[in-house]
Amino acid sequence: MTARARSPRWLEPALAPVASAGLALLAAGGAVAAIGENPFSAFVAIVAGSLGSVEGVCFTLYYATNFIFTGLAVAVAYRAGLFNIGVEGQAGVAGIGVALAALNSAALPGFLAPPFILVCGALCGAFWGFLPGILLARRGSHIVITTIMFNFLASALLSWLLVAPLRAPGSMQPETGPFPGVALAPKFDDLLAQFGWTLTGSPLNASLIVALLAAVGAHVLLYRTRAGYEIRAFGANRHAARYAGISATRTIVGAMAFSGALASGLALNELAGAQGRLILEFTGGYGFVGIAVALMGRNHPVGVVLAALLFGALYQGGAELAFERPKISRDMIVLVQGFVVLAVGCLGARAPQPGKA
Amino acid sequence: MDMDSALSLIASALRLSAPILCACLAGLWSERAGVVDIGLEGKLLAGAFAGAAVASLTGSAQLGLVAALAAALLLALLHGYASIDRGGEQIVCGMAINMIAAGATALCGAALFGEGGRTPALEGAARLAPLFAGQDAIALAAPCCAAATGFILFRTRFGLRLRAAGEHPHALEAAGVSVRRARYAAVAVCGLLCGLGGADLALAQAAGFLPGMSAGKGFIALAALVFAKWRPGAALLVCLAFGLLEACAIRLQGVALPLIGAVPVQAIQALPYLLTVILLAGFVGRANPPAASGVPFVKGR
Repeated sequence: MTARARSPRWLEPALAPVASAGLALLAAGGAVAAIGENPFSAFVAIVAGSLGSVEGVCFTLYYATNFIFTGLAVAVAYRAGLFNIGVEGQAGVAGIGVALAALNSAALPGFLAPPFILVCGALCGAFWGFLPGILLARRGSHIVITTIMFNFLASALLSWLLVAPLRAPGSMQPETGPFPGVALAPKFDDLLAQFGWTLTGSPLNASLIVALLAAVGAHVLLYRTRAGYEIRAFGANRHAARYAGISATRTIVGAMAFSGALASGLALNELAGAQGRLILEFTGGYGFVGIAVALMGRNHPVGVVLAALLFGALYQGGAELAFERPKISRDMIVLVQGFVVLAVGCLGARAPQPGKA
Repeated sequence: MDMDSALSLIASALRLSAPILCACLAGLWSERAGVVDIGLEGKLLAGAFAGAAVASLTGSAQLGLVAALAAALLLALLHGYASIDRGGEQIVCGMAINMIAAGATALCGAALFGEGGRTPALEGAARLAPLFAGQDAIALAAPCCAAATGFILFRTRFGLRLRAAGEHPHALEAAGVSVRRARYAAVAVCGLLCGLGGADLALAQAAGFLPGMSAGKGFIALAALVFAKWRPGAALLVCLAFGLLEACAIRLQGVALPLIGAVPVQAIQALPYLLTVILLAGFVGRANPPAASGVPFVKGR
């Protein structure tokens, strides 16, 4: 032990995320000041916009739903030592599955439609994660480059489908027709309406519950099952894992497919929840935010949920801020997100010093 | 196809390939020296914004070009600091650069010009005019950059050292040469080339900046780099081919071809990505990156 004072054990996991959040806030504050606005009042506007009203909280939770899914997707792959940049594409392809299932679900009994849609979306997302996984495991393809390419392939596929075969007849927009009622995720507003309370107008829906269940599921899988142990062992040291008899192919492919399945939740929340139809570019960069969420949550399901709530509040608060002060556009959130990724992912890391490693 | 339309197709292929080629060469410098860079997209975007913003404020395309180079260089040095000095994860850092560029350009654009992030349309001296055969200065310079890259990296001592930093940095350090300095030099050149590509996008191809105008060109450049197997001559050819593909995609919109019928534009647009996946998987040839690229260098004791 060195003589250096150590922080208490319970504090340590929170130290880097909090420090990086501080750094990101500082950077964002600097950007706001450079534009000529008051950073403190902007900060107050973000907090008030995201947490100051029932509507704000509902929108925050709606965004957080997306980030829980994408953050978990990145985190699970990261635990296996795989950097999955393809969450955006996996969610996009999952959206095709969600839409096809939803458009054909009118004949199903009402209680069967949601699980049917959920499973179809998850299978499509898992497939889009499986492909880069198998290419890495069997052919040695670089996972990062392959998943980037798969993002573009997914977006080309989606735009072709929406221009030609899936477009609603007679529609000028590249979108499908509306999903039937049984295919829509129950909205929080519907619940409020039952009690006759004021509606929030937010797209918050039952996908949030699915997201929380997914977080629990990911936690159980990673820390309570053999497959999860294999994933973590492989991520920690793939040579040792292989020596211990863990199959590299199975671990890589399994982790990537599970990651893709988690990404499909974004399609669920956006399509079956908010939009009620398949539209172009519904993934809206949420898949990339997942990287920041996972890094900030230290690739742990509990951390991911907390970080997702923070980013949800940032998104909602940022939208309110942009509405109040037109000079500060919503893109400030993207900047903050970039600084978070930079701070947690790069600046926090320090190359091992010679003689110590 | 008659002679005229063939020539115009080639001319537009050359024009469209210029930003991709610049970014591809930028990635080549960086990765040859051992720093993986998926932040090419962000640097292109930053260059495009800085170029258009300064050109619009000063009315001079030359000053715009200088600003584009400076902005992309700044981001490249940030990438360098995080990945060379701090030993950070280079891919994560590249993603961060992309996000910072996307956010900062749109934010500054909205704050400066108040037109939803875009700059006012550039006119006259604020744009890079075609110099020769419809090609602007950067489109003409890009192939020369490829030649210069080939010469410097493979025919000079500096280039040898730079490549050693990417293949076997410990050997370079043992020879008494600083790996850190070689990598910083490469990252700086990477930034300048991205700035050049970005300036071409905003000052020559378009008349001003639009948020997100790099539209995946930095990632296409990454694909081209894999395709070219990290070689400058091949990079030139691959980027020209990708430019030709883009030019064809524009022209083939809604045109029925003999035998195949109308090809969906998306299929042509997706082709570079699909081919890259196939090549990376080693179904056709093999693409191996420099041995030490992506590995933070730690000095031996």
